[in-house]
Amino acid sequence: MSRTSDGGATVHDYTTSTTSTPGTGQDDHVYLSLADAAPGPEGEGRWAYGTGFADPLLGVDTALPPGLDGADLAAYCQMLGDDALVLAQRLIEWCTRAPELEEEVALANLGLDLLGQARLLLTRAGQADGTGRTEDDLAYWREEHEFRNVRLVEAPNGDFAYSIARLLLFATARGALYEALSAHPDPVLAAVAARGVKELAYHREYATAWTLRLGDGTPYSSGRMQAGVDAVWPLLEELFTAHPVELRAGVDPAALREPVLRSLGAVLAEAGLTVPDVPPLATVLGLAGRDGVHTEALGPLLAEFQVLARAHPGATW
Amino acid sequence: MVTGDVVTGPGPTGTAEPTGGTVATVGTGTADPTARELAWAVAAAVPDPELPMLTLADLGVLAEVGVDGGSGTVTAWLTPTYSGCPAVAEMAADVDRRLRAAGYPDVRVRLRLDPPWSTDLITAEGRRKLAEAGIAPPRPTAAVAAAGPVALTLGPTRTGTATASTTVAAPRTAAAPPVPCPRCGDADTEELSRFGSTACKALWRCRACREPFERVKEI
Repeated sequence: MSRTSDGGATVHDYTTSTTSTPGTGQDDHVYLSLADAAPGPEGEGRWAYGTGFADPLLGVDTALPPGLDGADLAAYCQMLGDDALVLAQRLIEWCTRAPELEEEVALANLGLDLLGQARLLLTRAGQADGTGRTEDDLAYWREEHEFRNVRLVEAPNGDFAYSIARLLLFATARGALYEALSAHPDPVLAAVAARGVKELAYHREYATAWTLRLGDGTPYSSGRMQAGVDAVWPLLEELFTAHPVELRAGVDPAALREPVLRSLGAVLAEAGLTVPDVPPLATVLGLAGRDGVHTEALGPLLAEFQVLARAHPGATW
Repeated sequence: MVTGDVVTGPGPTGTAEPTGGTVATVGTGTADPTARELAWAVAAAVPDPELPMLTLADLGVLAEVGVDGGSGTVTAWLTPTYSGCPAVAEMAADVDRRLRAAGYPDVRVRLRLDPPWSTDLITAEGRRKLAEAGIAPPRPTAAVAAAGPVALTLGPTRTGTATASTTVAAPRTAAAPPVPCPRCGDADTEELSRFGSTACKALWRCRACREPFERVKEI
């Protein structure tokens, strides 16, 4: 996810006059070489080899708050980070395929927000469990069963209406969750959530506007939108089903069910659509995405997402 | 532009230096506030990579600058805009490079996530520069929030096939402030797309002068 997976050490390869001063700080070597690489005060060359600032939590206090188990916090951050990462990948798949150019830009922007949240959450996970794994380690080098995202985000994009319906469900539920997490004892998670609330509000607004346009449009568009809502609805319940880690380290998602359903119901009613009456997607012996049990859709998504990093381990550009 | 107000503005000052240093003196042996002001002036002049007409101080991204008197270490805290803002690394690198070029031997750049960045942190000077560059500045977030919950207003159709059924609107408790055209000043403007060329901008057009323009959206 970052351009230099090794913290920018390769910047040295492109400069000859750089010497870092031992003992003056961990940051110096990267920055000095960067300064030397810039031909002028605003020269284009100053970013040509990456900036070396690969850590999305650069300098943020990484201490764990007392009373919070590091492994639990890490697992929880992975759950939320995986949700954001996988949905970001699905949204980005719309590039070159959306109905209008503006929608491609919009969907890519939403994906970028989620990718940013995923970077922070996965970085935090690697800190909290003491392994020191980076965001790249977690994103590119975990297997399918190690991903903890809900199945809602991994489902294939379907048609535009399905993607919009999925986005509406996710953004409504995640906005509510982030709002609750803004008061989380872990200051990093709380800060990610506080900023995420504002971003998810835009995501929800976007999905709402399209749900209204299609649902309250022609009979044909309304039928397509209703079909999208019907198809995605069985995946909603998993968002409200608590995993033990969520109960220990985060917010009980069951508490979100009522307000989220009320909000979704209001949007669907305004759009002239009906709330589907369908059972939730079955689990496997009670296990689902939070336990690493996924649908067949996640494997191909990860294969595409991870192939470059795995084909060229440690590559930088 | 660099005043005591700016230096002591968004970031807490007068508190203990997070680096644990003593009263700051840099070079001339001046007292802490002046040393910090000097370093702030350097960092504050760094242009934003995506909105180069603004400095990081104009944008409200530069939260605080501290100078450690003992070691001479300068620490700059940045508050990133959006979670996925791809320019954070460039901002950090630029601040670092400018401070080193100004003669500070030991520079640290740190991110500060709390409180989150808001468009309310864009200074009056920043808003003026945005408008001057043809980019409509953001409205105060409080005024937009007062206009009610997420509006169920549909965007305009761009394909010229608008029908009556595309204008559903939810009731608002108050009208949101208008977005005047940065070119002609007319308030008769409309949104083309909520998402523009960067995460922080939306695409609008003026119905009076017919010019499209970008707008920094409230967050």
